[in-house]
Amino acid sequence: MMNLLRLINGRNASAPVARERLQILLAHERGLRGQPDLLELLRSEILAVVSRHVTLDPENVVVRMERGKHVSTLEVDIEVPNGVVTSIAAVAT
Amino acid sequence: MAKVVVVTSGKGGVGKTTSTAALGAALAQMGERVVVVDFDVGLRNLDLVLGAERRVVFDLINVVQGVAKLSQALIRDKRLENLWLLPASQTRDKDALTDNGVRSIITELRTKFDWVLCDSPAGIERGAMLAMRYADEAVIVTNPEVSSVRDSDRIIGMLDSKTVKAERGERVEKHVLITRYDSGRASRGEMLSIDDILEILATPLLGIIPESQDVLRASNVGSPVTLNDAASAPARAYTDAVRRLMGESVTMTIPLQQRKGFMNRLLGRRAA
Repeated sequence: MMNLLRLINGRNASAPVARERLQILLAHERGLRGQPDLLELLRSEILAVVSRHVTLDPENVVVRMERGKHVSTLEVDIEVPNGVVTSIAAVAT
Repeated sequence: MAKVVVVTSGKGGVGKTTSTAALGAALAQMGERVVVVDFDVGLRNLDLVLGAERRVVFDLINVVQGVAKLSQALIRDKRLENLWLLPASQTRDKDALTDNGVRSIITELRTKFDWVLCDSPAGIERGAMLAMRYADEAVIVTNPEVSSVRDSDRIIGMLDSKTVKAERGERVEKHVLITRYDSGRASRGEMLSIDDILEILATPLLGIIPESQDVLRASNVGSPVTLNDAASAPARAYTDAVRRLMGESVTMTIPLQQRKGFMNRLLGRRAA
């Protein structure tokens, strides 16, 4: 799309690219605005749920978000100490 | 009734201080009683742009802390008797500015002036928040450039949520002022166009200030551009912007750079 715009407007016409980039970026930033830090919120809530059943160290919980063009992924990495896995299984059944 | 207007942008270096001085002077030239307030604590410059840098005795922080009375800190412009300046402090202690202090100063200024123009510091920190906190209207100074437009969008979000008006469920009336505009470069597609900016920001346009040496020349001599050379393209653009701020409907034109010709001198004289 950007290349197409560049072709239509000649080599120097970078303004259409600027416009398109801004529109995409701001649509995203406006969506986040006013919300508390989403990652921090997810981290603390996931932590609360998991720690109801498992004793864990909050330091060993990593929440990562990767924003892709079409899909974004949320990765939650919780380090569970050995010995509690059986109790999780017991709760699950 | 007094109007409190914040001149803000998010991004630094886009022309907030220059615009505050020019808009303030243009309002005063029309007979309005105007005070321009510098909120850039630690990095004051409005005094310099207005040519009052050697007359500063007390400042905003002194008034907030009760060291000086408001009347002692206000500096009257030597050329325009309706124009006053409340300078910022050069002390580094930004925390000296408090919400309560700002509120009481703005309340007092409202009783004395028709217009209170607040020159915001760059950024989105405390100083910028307090500058917009009690505003009725906002002038968002934007350059036709991606980073400036993005920051303006952020500031618009803050104006809609962090101001006293917003908290009361009212709206701060917002206007975009595009500065450093080069119509040649915009028409060649090298610079974001006015339409692009307005569409992205979804905020009405107050004026278009052309890129011009006259702006720098005016700052160099410490005189607002509307006063220094009223016939110049940026001065005419600021004057039009002020008319719109006062509720007049003025056709939006992009003032062209002045050429030294009979017609231009004639037009210039008419604009002055």
